Amino acid sequence: MSTLLIQNGRVIDPAQSMDRVTNVLVENGRIAGYDVPPGGQTTVLDASGKIVAPGLIDMHVHLREPGQEEDETIESGTAAALAGGFTSIACVPNTDPPLDSQGAVEFVRHQAARAGNCNVYVIGCVSKNREGKELAEIGQLVAAGAVAFSDDGAPVYDPELMRRAFEYCLMFNVPVLNHAEIRELTQHGVMHEGLVSLILGLSGIPAAAEDVMTSRDIALAEATGGRLHMMHVSTSGAVDIIRRAKRRNVRVTAEVTPHHFTLTDECLRTFDSSCKMNPPLRSRDHVEACIAGLADGTIDAIASDHAPHAKEKKMQELDQAPFGIVGLETSLGLVITRLVEPGHLSWSDALAKMTINPARILGIPKGTLQIGADADVTIIDPEARWTVNPAEFRSKSTNTPFAGRELKGRAHTVIVGGQVKFSRQ
Amino acid sequence: MGSELPELGSTEGWRQQHLLGLEELSAEEITLVLDKAEVFRRALEGGERRFPLLAGKTCVNLFFENSTRTRTSFALAARRMGADSLDFSASTSSLSKGETVIDTAKNIQAMKVDVMVVRHRTPGTPHLLAQNLTCSVINAGDGAHEHPTQGLLDIMTIRQRRGRIAGLTVAMVGDIAHSRTARSNIWGLKKLGAEVIVCGPSTLVSPRWQELGVEYSYSLDAILPRVDVLNLLRIQFERQYARPFPSVREYALLYAMDRHRLARAKPDVLILAPGPINRGVEVTPDVADGPQSAILEQVTNGLAVRMAVLWLLAGNRGG
Repeated sequence: MSTLLIQNGRVIDPAQSMDRVTNVLVENGRIAGYDVPPGGQTTVLDASGKIVAPGLIDMHVHLREPGQEEDETIESGTAAALAGGFTSIACVPNTDPPLDSQGAVEFVRHQAARAGNCNVYVIGCVSKNREGKELAEIGQLVAAGAVAFSDDGAPVYDPELMRRAFEYCLMFNVPVLNHAEIRELTQHGVMHEGLVSLILGLSGIPAAAEDVMTSRDIALAEATGGRLHMMHVSTSGAVDIIRRAKRRNVRVTAEVTPHHFTLTDECLRTFDSSCKMNPPLRSRDHVEACIAGLADGTIDAIASDHAPHAKEKKMQELDQAPFGIVGLETSLGLVITRLVEPGHLSWSDALAKMTINPARILGIPKGTLQIGADADVTIIDPEARWTVNPAEFRSKSTNTPFAGRELKGRAHTVIVGGQVKFSRQ
Repeated sequence: MGSELPELGSTEGWRQQHLLGLEELSAEEITLVLDKAEVFRRALEGGERRFPLLAGKTCVNLFFENSTRTRTSFALAARRMGADSLDFSASTSSLSKGETVIDTAKNIQAMKVDVMVVRHRTPGTPHLLAQNLTCSVINAGDGAHEHPTQGLLDIMTIRQRRGRIAGLTVAMVGDIAHSRTARSNIWGLKKLGAEVIVCGPSTLVSPRWQELGVEYSYSLDAILPRVDVLNLLRIQFERQYARPFPSVREYALLYAMDRHRLARAKPDVLILAPGPINRGVEVTPDVADGPQSAILEQVTNGLAVRMAVLWLLAGNRGG
């Protein structure tokens, strides 16, 4: 029986309200005990000065395989996830073909197993072919292993279909994850509609486009008792709508991306397509509302919306360049530098949003270090100072606005199922 | 043969490799360009036609959008100064074969080009090219963002007629939302101390302009008594995605500069219009051709400004 002892780390497990320096014993791929003295273990990892957290979970990742392997593959995407400190990720279904069939779901899971990197959980399509017309065979997708449903990149456009999706998913106890965007209000939009878009003469994506659909989704979730998760929340209006819905006990959860709590629309002044994504970077008031939403618990999870694009695709005129940036390898550093260090979130709150909260939303048995849990562990060096260098990314793509940025805090060792899968030299 | 224009002096004070917009220029830099353009203008008015200041240089017009006026103006400016001038138009290019805009520009640059004059429907494209090329790039209009030489020639025309910019009240009238001419004018005029008003339908004029110190008005009639200069923007039917006003007739009723409106304006009000004007829509023929109109001077000044800009970016320096 192989055993692993993680020694002297500050163990923070928000699910157990645990935060103390101790040893963690891993036996046969599971957490076996705390406070165990060293002696007789197969491997001993010294975690002095480090934080020992449950393996981090990123619940919004575009893996691009099948269909867009020039941007990323399941292998490169899961390798990037490990480098970012993630032991589990959930992948969205806007692949080609989309993940609307058992075969497609099983393909992704099979490729993930072959890659042998982090765990991959599949988010299946809400609608057949992501066309937004007919409900996908959700029961069969659940049987094949899908844990949640979304038509991301696109909103579930038809309100009647959204309502039916809530009702249908109820019996499988799976959530509907929506990308809130009223397309008629955002057509041709390239960046946030505000003072900067006015100055630059660029077509804008108004906050109202997100707010209107967020309201709609919450009303439908409320009416049906369905489970709703709002993806990549970026507006003060949406944060407020979600906050009030939670007070009414609507079954809604929400995520924010690191770029939406770090950058504003001012980034677009250089017309750099690596600042172009959807929802767009917004003005400072929206950024602050997202941070406030994270701090008061309105926002449950931090998810990267990792959207790789091959270099040549982003080197085009701004309106031609596709939306999206990579995020797996900068997520943790941004959370520590922009949220924990300035005191917006405690370590425990920040880690909750990257461990137990996404785990509960997806209904997966992860995100905690309680005895008997799978030994998915992320050992974080909270003091590591590093500069973002896209040339070092494990991802196939380098479309990031953070190149050259100095961050504090980084994943040091990543353990999946008791095996060390990543170790930073 | 031809004038070397010693009055031009040196290019001291100008350090920009490109001309991408007026927002990033200082008041001193703008004034410098205007002063040099004035030298060219006087020489042109005096009958001079050849100034061998760009001998041996190559200027390419890389126009991804239709233009006769601006393209011709740049071509003439280059040729009058002894440069080779080439036109490249998108429809006949390898862009239709799927070549990217950067590859297209790099291929042209590889033929040893000194200046690339770029017009494109997407803001930021000249900036993208400037980052990826080593030659100088001039923005001849990038979507609704900026058209710096247009801004400069408009300001030059005002300065010429009124003797100054500071303290004047200048109104930009029309489709402000989609106008690069409006934006370049706003930056240049504000830096030189003018008061600027943007005027047009509420679907095309945002109250946010106030945050930049620019007044806004939906009514042309309300501001007429206090404006010194009216810059009448062309309604751009080809650039708008959804009709922001119900009909051309409605627009003309509310905003056309005709003799009745002219009578309610200051007697010495100056009328400018970037071409081409829709006669009867933004301005009636009698006003366009009347004494307050400086529309044709704008064209001459355009040539002078472009000669000055080409000289500053690529000119053969004496000594």
